[in-house]
Amino acid sequence: MQKNGEALSLHQKRKSLFNLKQREALTGWLFVSPALIGFCIFTFGSILYSLYLSFTEWDLLTKPLFVGFENYISIFTKDQYFYKYFGNTFFFVFTLVPIVLCTSLFLAVLINKKSGRFSKAYRVALFLPSITSTVAVSMVWLWIFNPDIGLLNNFLIAVGWNDPPMWLSSPVWSKPALVIMRVWQMSGYYMILFLAGLQTIPESLYEAADVDGASRTQKFFKITLPMLSNTTFVVIILLVIEAFNMFESIFVMTEGGPLGSTSTIMYYIYEKGFWNYEMGYASALAWIFFLLILTATLVQYKFRNEQGGE
Amino acid sequence: MDKTKISGRYKITRIFYHLFMLLLSAIMIYPFIWSIFSSFKSRTQLYSESSLNILPQPFTLENYKRLFEVLPFGRFIINSVFLSLAIPLTMIAVASLTAYALTRLRFKGRNLLFLLFIATMMVPSHVILIPNYKIIVDMNLYNSYLALFLTNMFTASNAFNIFFFRQFFLSIPADLENAAIIDGCSRIGVFFRIVLPNAKPAVATTAILSFRSIWNAFLWPMLVINDYDKLTLTVGLNYLKETDPNWAVLLAGASLSIVPIMIVFLVFQKYFMSSGLNSGFGGK
Repeated sequence: MQKNGEALSLHQKRKSLFNLKQREALTGWLFVSPALIGFCIFTFGSILYSLYLSFTEWDLLTKPLFVGFENYISIFTKDQYFYKYFGNTFFFVFTLVPIVLCTSLFLAVLINKKSGRFSKAYRVALFLPSITSTVAVSMVWLWIFNPDIGLLNNFLIAVGWNDPPMWLSSPVWSKPALVIMRVWQMSGYYMILFLAGLQTIPESLYEAADVDGASRTQKFFKITLPMLSNTTFVVIILLVIEAFNMFESIFVMTEGGPLGSTSTIMYYIYEKGFWNYEMGYASALAWIFFLLILTATLVQYKFRNEQGGE
Repeated sequence: MDKTKISGRYKITRIFYHLFMLLLSAIMIYPFIWSIFSSFKSRTQLYSESSLNILPQPFTLENYKRLFEVLPFGRFIINSVFLSLAIPLTMIAVASLTAYALTRLRFKGRNLLFLLFIATMMVPSHVILIPNYKIIVDMNLYNSYLALFLTNMFTASNAFNIFFFRQFFLSIPADLENAAIIDGCSRIGVFFRIVLPNAKPAVATTAILSFRSIWNAFLWPMLVINDYDKLTLTVGLNYLKETDPNWAVLLAGASLSIVPIMIVFLVFQKYFMSSGLNSGFGGK
């Protein structure tokens, strides 16, 4: 009799346990459903839709016309701008990534482990450019770069450079000008990331090196850099993506000019899509660009794995 | 004797260090200061005098007056403030709830779901730009703020918030929640009464990051919002450049957009810095 009762309660327990598990799963799905539905429309759906559009010819008003690989073929074979803009994009990536990497690391080392009012103020000052909007900051820099009455050339003339560059009006100097502005804007942010990395390095390593009589440079190359390798990896990945995605500064400061010298793939996608209304073509460009960034990131991961990192 | 020598050298390096840091800080801040000062210069001074002279002579509010005449900048400020507060709120509501389910509730496929959300951060925003534009037009949301709300809640930047909240939830013990469940509290009750109040640091960080990105957002709001009355400050600034390319007025507009975010930054400095520290998520 008693045994029977025990079995019953065990059965009930199992049943309620099963229900509990089921209920938890149900609650789980219920909680994620708003995000899931939204992402299915505005992100996952959009990505697939964009892939489909890249195989069509479409002006937004009429129905998309399926054209197979035609967009991709003409981008690679007929488009006279694509390779030039491709080159510009890579110019920005290959200049911005190493320069910002070095400056931000340099800044981080400079203000690391310094306390007191001053270094707090330095930190704030160095970080400030990275929080303000690129559009507003670009307006200011547009004026700084003004060849005749701008701040920079006024300064350069004052220190004796009589024939300073035309900056944004010159096809030669427009790219360096944008790089200068972006380095100024981005460095503070990555500095903060490096600072976080620096704080994880145990002080005892440096103390041991001091005992062994290591110099500052030795300590930097033998301790700091190797200990920072994880942070550096993250910074490079983020920097590469950000450099590839450069858009707003170009939009405000140069509109891709002069003579297409600052137009990037990102800007080209916008131009094709929202100026020429060649949505299919723009989507194909976007996908080529997407695959490019994906490859760049995967290559970095692979490289990292071969180096034996985490 | 030896000691004073060393401390003397130490002093000199310290002075050099501070001089160098001051110079660097000046380079970083000067464009802002200069823009704010120049926005009070008269047009003639700005165009004829050397820009190296930073002081406005005479001091004039003419540029700001003109700014508010040309475009409804007062309205833009209100819009920007409203959107930069309201959109992050909805983003955080969605992100925290989703992250909570993905961390604490056991169900099949939750890891896959999490990976899916995270993977969207790899997709460049231009890939989904055109389809989303079409979707918004088809949903009759063109020119409506709902377009901004929806896309911010359900694209990569909120995927980052989901990631961030999940990391946070993983770092705090579930004991309190379990105790509440045993006491008969419902999951949703646990979420609102225990989890969210305890997640204040994560809320602060995501709120500030989202605030910054909404305040500075440009391309998407420019594409889907058309009425002057509904524009944000950042987008309005670009329209200003097209309607009145007078530099004195443009600098006033730029300063007007920079100063509020600067104040928010100075007040919430600690959170901004730690948001950078914890996240690794840059602007554009």
